[in-house]
Amino acid sequence: MTDAIALHERYLRAVQERTPVATVTVIRGDGVGAKLVVLADEVQGTLGDAATDREATDRARALLDEGRSTSVMIGEREVYIESTPSPPTLLIIGAVHAGQALCMFAKAMGFDVIVVDAREKLATRERFPQADQIIVAWPDEAMAQLEVRPNWFIAILTHDPKFDEPAISSALQTPARYIGAIGSRKTSADRRQRLRDLGISDEDLERVRGPIGLDIGAASPEEMAISILGEIIAMRNGRGGGALTHASGSIRGQQG
Amino acid sequence: MKDILPQIETWRSAGHRVAVATVVKVEGSAPRPVGASMAVTDSGELTGSVSGGCVETNVFEEAQEVLRTGEPRLLRYGITDEMAWDVGLACGGTIEVFVEPVAE
Repeated sequence: MTDAIALHERYLRAVQERTPVATVTVIRGDGVGAKLVVLADEVQGTLGDAATDREATDRARALLDEGRSTSVMIGEREVYIESTPSPPTLLIIGAVHAGQALCMFAKAMGFDVIVVDAREKLATRERFPQADQIIVAWPDEAMAQLEVRPNWFIAILTHDPKFDEPAISSALQTPARYIGAIGSRKTSADRRQRLRDLGISDEDLERVRGPIGLDIGAASPEEMAISILGEIIAMRNGRGGGALTHASGSIRGQQG
Repeated sequence: MKDILPQIETWRSAGHRVAVATVVKVEGSAPRPVGASMAVTDSGELTGSVSGGCVETNVFEEAQEVLRTGEPRLLRYGITDEMAWDVGLACGGTIEVFVEPVAE
């Protein structure tokens, strides 16, 4: 196995294992094409000399923390550093029709998708062929098994207080980036009041988006999925989600 | 490259040689951000993108040369196109695209 193949295989394995990994490639100067594969506690390959490798490793780890890719000068060489952080995860609670469309679109966008529902007839592999994981359990039981991280997004689609409320309560215990819950304005307002009565603070309730999604008049399951993903994209980029024709400034966001 | 990695691995395991082209620098407005990538095979297949379609055909030809020679290349596309080709970006920005063989 050549060095280039070994490096590629190491990168590939990290991506498959969802381990954060950066690659550093010389694009100008000595040794164009030389590569480093940088993980949190491991470095493979060389750009040419140990000092360059050390500096590149430090830069790569800092960029990996930010989830950002860029080209930088290291000594006389210009290198391109590509960050591949662990993928964002969408947790869909409620294996309903809108959840099927949401799962499909979220997979296309590069999310890992986990589907949770206590109803075993709904939470099936046939209905969610692309899901990374399907858990048949009550929302709070499932949440107890999962280590929710800050790049997780939770869409609660159960539309039934007996599932929604434990789902929201347990989601609020996590550092999830996004918590949205389906329901009409009336359902959402009633749910908010019941959760308040259970002792959940207004500050916590502020984290819950409900009715879920952007205001695009979504009606079909697919439209609802787009509306929800639109809200998630907007939140990742710190945007409100209006029409670009009525906005100014940069079209593209810095994804967080 | 992560987005197109499954396709790259499918091609590699079928015995194809693959070159990957990655946007490594963007100046001004550009259709796709740093990190956007496309891959091509020695049999002429293509996946992914590095622009909104403005430069892909040229990158494709360059990638075939990269596969033929085994030497990586850094390409630059902009409205003030420094290269002889009649390709550039409609939105007025400049991008640099690095093209390299995968795992060779």
